[in-house]
Amino acid sequence: MGNFFSDYQVGDFFDEMFAEPGVARPHYSKLLARFKEMDREEFERKRALAASTFLSQGVTFTVYNDDQGTERIFPFDLLPRIIPAEEWDRIERGLVQRITALNQFLHDIYHEQNILRDGVIPKSIVWEAEAFRPEFMHFDVPRNVYIHICGTDLIRDKEGNYLVLEDNARCPSGVSYVIENRQTMKRTFPSLLGQYRVRPVEDYSQELLNVLRYIAPHAKHEPTIVLLTPGVYNSAYFEHSFLARSMGIEIVEGRDLVAQGGKVFMRTTKGHKQVDVIYRRINDDFLDPQVFRKDSGLGVPGLVEAYRDGNVSLANSIGTGIADDKAVYHFVPKMIRYYLKEDALLPNVPTYLASVKEDLTYILEHIPELVVKAVNESGGYGMLMGPQATKAECEKFKEKIRKNPRNYIAQPVVPLSRAPSFCDDSMQGRHVDLRPFILYGEKVTIVPGGLTRVALREGSLVVNSSQGGGSKDTWVLENGAA
Amino acid sequence: MLSRVAESLYWMSRYIERAENNARIAEVNLQMLLDLTNQRGADPNQQWDPIISSLEENELFASLYPTPDGKAVIDFVSLQKKNPNSIVSCLTRARENARTTSEQISSEMWEQINKLYLFAKSDAAKKLVRTSPYEFFKRIVTGSHLFQGTTDATMTHGEGWDFIRIGKLLERADCTSRLLDIKYHILLPSGEKVGGNVDTIQWMSVLRSCSALEAYRKIYFGQVAPWKVAEFIITHSAFPRSIRFSVDYFDAALHHISGSAETKYANEAERRLRYDLDYATIGEIFKFGLHEYLEQVQNRLAEIDRALHATYCADNGAEG
Repeated sequence: MGNFFSDYQVGDFFDEMFAEPGVARPHYSKLLARFKEMDREEFERKRALAASTFLSQGVTFTVYNDDQGTERIFPFDLLPRIIPAEEWDRIERGLVQRITALNQFLHDIYHEQNILRDGVIPKSIVWEAEAFRPEFMHFDVPRNVYIHICGTDLIRDKEGNYLVLEDNARCPSGVSYVIENRQTMKRTFPSLLGQYRVRPVEDYSQELLNVLRYIAPHAKHEPTIVLLTPGVYNSAYFEHSFLARSMGIEIVEGRDLVAQGGKVFMRTTKGHKQVDVIYRRINDDFLDPQVFRKDSGLGVPGLVEAYRDGNVSLANSIGTGIADDKAVYHFVPKMIRYYLKEDALLPNVPTYLASVKEDLTYILEHIPELVVKAVNESGGYGMLMGPQATKAECEKFKEKIRKNPRNYIAQPVVPLSRAPSFCDDSMQGRHVDLRPFILYGEKVTIVPGGLTRVALREGSLVVNSSQGGGSKDTWVLENGAA
Repeated sequence: MLSRVAESLYWMSRYIERAENNARIAEVNLQMLLDLTNQRGADPNQQWDPIISSLEENELFASLYPTPDGKAVIDFVSLQKKNPNSIVSCLTRARENARTTSEQISSEMWEQINKLYLFAKSDAAKKLVRTSPYEFFKRIVTGSHLFQGTTDATMTHGEGWDFIRIGKLLERADCTSRLLDIKYHILLPSGEKVGGNVDTIQWMSVLRSCSALEAYRKIYFGQVAPWKVAEFIITHSAFPRSIRFSVDYFDAALHHISGSAETKYANEAERRLRYDLDYATIGEIFKFGLHEYLEQVQNRLAEIDRALHATYCADNGAEG
């Protein structure tokens, strides 16, 4: 087999690489040239090298309910996704605008609630949301930052327009793959990376550390910062330890911490040591059994009290889940207008709220054409892909929606853009999305690109790793590079 | 350092050392078997009994293998997941501990331990155990050495490194004492004299399993005599697998962690163990009974382990 792309089908989607069959977009021409000169054997060698790198470094995620070893490599596709500088510039401005509005929204919701009073968002949408934490009304979070780390999922429609699919404002994961993917590409395609001028991603950990230092209580100069993990069996444990290692901070489990007298300490070989900032990778519900879920063995009793006393800071803050509730999502463009007096640079996907009467009727009538999502779930769980669902599945979902309309939203199926990926021994178009990671501290910092996730199953639109997704390296080019 | 992390580093290191020692014992026994099958009246199968005894898993072994031959023992020692001390089990636990502390150890260490674990679990390893067990054991021993070298060369020599060192040396002292004890369990074939040909081969294999044969020969000029072998393995102060060496060096690591003076001991068991090793002569040891003496060493090591846990890992609530 000579040419990798001779049988490539562009299909009825926006293709990231090909403007039309056989014609690569300008920023992909060097990549195409490189693959034209490469034979099958060399490609296989590179694939094997990439796979063994991930395995020997233990870059794995854990699959729940799977007793065989339970660790898997997140499949990695060797063809990078390339984003030209001007295109990224637009995305970046849109993301900065969005995170700014979301943070202002959270401050407002937990204080004056002007946006509700002015009728921009219906009161019930907020007050009935599971993720809303009225216990934290009028609580001032350190430096007034709520979402320190946000993962916003972007997709592209048929015309190639970027749309926001959802925000992840609780504990977004995946950034470790951004960095590991780049490391792997450096080993497998060093010269190609050199030919393109690709913006680096390695400084993410340093930027994250800056954010965590910035929010230290009492502006403490050398704060003790820890990463709180649910433990080694959590699916993202690799990422937790990767981030802790690259920031040079301790990774702790709930049992390593103890709260006493409104302060949090970690148990060390030399006694208790006070902790100032916790980058928690545990959801609100499990943080403190005295306040939230009583059955949580992962959290620290008394942690919330210490947080309220201002002796320990949390990233992200408690209660940010209301900002990525899928019904609240619908209102983000309005939020941007309301707080920033600007139009949203990155549009939303049209969304129907089952809690609105007309929308509910529409959803129930058109369910086979729609994607239905539970407002409080992520990771591809709790959703229905109408076009792929059986009649019985649709009926079952209708029932669920009728019972609890506030809990569901629906969207038309967006034909996600595709990028060439190596599947079943040839290059085939597979649907992709993009999750940039946005850091909010003293300023907003976004590492160029983010995680490109790819649905490796033919025709699938679900990119989550728990649902058979893989990833690609994402190359954002320097200004003037192509 | 987090108490949990200290404990995990300690156990990670112990389990790797244990995997290595099990590989050593099995490998040397394989060789000894070859020597002895040429001897009149020696029952090759009997030769493996002491190994199973030294692992203290006789019942488990009997329940898993109807025919207790060499193949069964090799499988039991190397790949049997139900045996908590098989090489695979040890490496699994070592790696699990490494995984929970992987931001504390260097990434080179993590990669090395992960590779060794992946090898031990691979189909290639299963095949190797069947076709060329010698090579399998060799790779485990070398893998462990690589890990130790990587540890010393890439990790800050601070508290975490000290816990790793303590784990390794404590386990090594324990394993060496058990190794020497194996000889106690080995019965000489009928008609063989103490100090005879077979006896000498057995003592030589004890030395070989601690990589000590060459070092021993340089000191005792080739004469392999039981009390000299025991003296060397128990009390030599500069041979890195002797009990005395191991105890001296983990003692140093303990002082390093606590910052206390040379003359102070972390606990009573440690004080007595060092005292014994410093002052007991091999004559006295044999008079006391070699087996009894080694058992006492093992008990004291277990006491030190408990004291370590109580001092550094159990929550004492004091603010540091």
